[in-house]
Amino acid sequence: MEISEKVVYLDNAATTACAPEVLAVMTEALSGACGNPSSHYSVGYEAKEFVDTGRAQVAKAVNAAPAEIFFTGCGSEADNWAVKGTAFTKARQGKKHLITSAFEHHAIMHSMASLERMGFEVTYIKPTSEGYIRPEDVEAAIRPDTALVSIMMANNEIGTIQPIKEIAEIAHKHGVWMHTDAVQAVGAIPVDVKELGVDMLSMSAHKFNGPKGMGALYCKKGVWPQNLIDGGSQEARHRAGTENVAGIAGMGKALELATTDLEKRMAHEQELRDYVIGRILKNIPEARLNGGLTPRLPGNVNISFPGLEGETILLDLDMHNICASTGSACNSDSLDPSHVLLSIGVPEEIGHGSMRFTFGPQNTMEEAKYLCDVLEEVIPRRRAMSCMWLQGQNKARQYSLKGEQ
Amino acid sequence: MASMYSAKVMEHFANPHNVGEIPDANGVGEVGNPKCGDIMRMYLKIENNVIVDVKFLTFGCGAAIATSSMATDLIKGKTIDDALKLTNKAVVEALEGLPPIKVHCSVLAEQAVKAALSDYYRRQGIDPEPIVGKLEEDCDHCESCGN
Repeated sequence: MEISEKVVYLDNAATTACAPEVLAVMTEALSGACGNPSSHYSVGYEAKEFVDTGRAQVAKAVNAAPAEIFFTGCGSEADNWAVKGTAFTKARQGKKHLITSAFEHHAIMHSMASLERMGFEVTYIKPTSEGYIRPEDVEAAIRPDTALVSIMMANNEIGTIQPIKEIAEIAHKHGVWMHTDAVQAVGAIPVDVKELGVDMLSMSAHKFNGPKGMGALYCKKGVWPQNLIDGGSQEARHRAGTENVAGIAGMGKALELATTDLEKRMAHEQELRDYVIGRILKNIPEARLNGGLTPRLPGNVNISFPGLEGETILLDLDMHNICASTGSACNSDSLDPSHVLLSIGVPEEIGHGSMRFTFGPQNTMEEAKYLCDVLEEVIPRRRAMSCMWLQGQNKARQYSLKGEQ
Repeated sequence: MASMYSAKVMEHFANPHNVGEIPDANGVGEVGNPKCGDIMRMYLKIENNVIVDVKFLTFGCGAAIATSSMATDLIKGKTIDDALKLTNKAVVEALEGLPPIKVHCSVLAEQAVKAALSDYYRRQGIDPEPIVGKLEEDCDHCESCGN
């Protein structure tokens, strides 16, 4: 097989490249509007216009009012703010219990752990083996002192889409605020804050061809998590710090572009996703898909290859100029198996051999086919060197059957 | 190509030496555990105190494969006494370094050699511990996965 000269980037859930239109507006903001958006003279007003435009574009894309969009330094900051800010606000009413899932992004998991160390209580809802949170499980966990329900909209590793609307209804029935980490969803699938009925929603620009270091938190009118960053009066006094003017302009433009032809883009990504899943499960013995197929992010493939360790596959793919990820990219410096896969019942030894491929609008069917060609070559070759594969095939088969129950 | 590994590690990963089984091996050792994501199995063919052949099968990351390959290279054709002197440090040096989080793979490679030599002595009815030393229990040598 000929190695692709061009880099085949299949890690769009980790990050994406800035779109040319995004770069253009950011360059314009960086080179032209050099004033402080809070200053009252023309170059200040020019900078403010970039901020206002960006805010309006983000608001429109998620069906919010511009005054309900608060820019942050990243998606993680938006998550920290929603979780910790709500906990601090509600603690004043004696509400010190939070509900989340066991397979959230670390921005949520570690924020919750941090609150636990401060004396808050947290309930972690276990997903089904298909990777979904059952609304009834959330309802059963609600207590009179529950302050917040925070469930991610789409899982960053396995791409499963959660029933946020139903969960938000339950939360509100009990007078509890509802937050969703929609970092993987915004720009990838339709996100309408009114339709979902959430109080807070986190997003991150670099997941939809915007700049890195740029996020936002939607807060429904009247919902105020306590500030985490105090200082000046930026973001309606809720998040201090001179605005990242170019970042905001870039985020607005990127989300406008991503949502313009979303249906077409989703159909394209889903075609590539379904091709790869279908071919790999058919041609590579014992390969298994992690997470249910419906509903699932259109560009997400997460497959375990029993008998192998993910990094081996990652290096082989890199030698073929393919960029992918083992489990979660955030976790690549850790040797622990992914907490997401463990939460849906994948055994540790199988979890180690899991790969995530995430498609974006720029990927082609030719690239999807090339990925399958390479996997069909490297997986059997590496398995032939693996004592676990050669000696443990029966064991592995038992595990995979167990996981499918 | 930019990599977290040295060129030497990538060379041994891409085309590992001494892969496979030895059907008539007279010393076989296995170390590691699947939960940590590394298992090494080493086969030795020993004649007149000399390791005339060595092969391995490894489940693990790139570093686990490269350290297995290098460790087998370093002991092939050597006497048992020389093989017993193999340290994880020597494996790391021969590979031109390993990232700190992967050093445990070199420890595993050293342990795999010792486990196979212990098995060789055990088959002769000789207690390996005074010669090879006590093998560390799984996971005790490594804190990388927090188990």
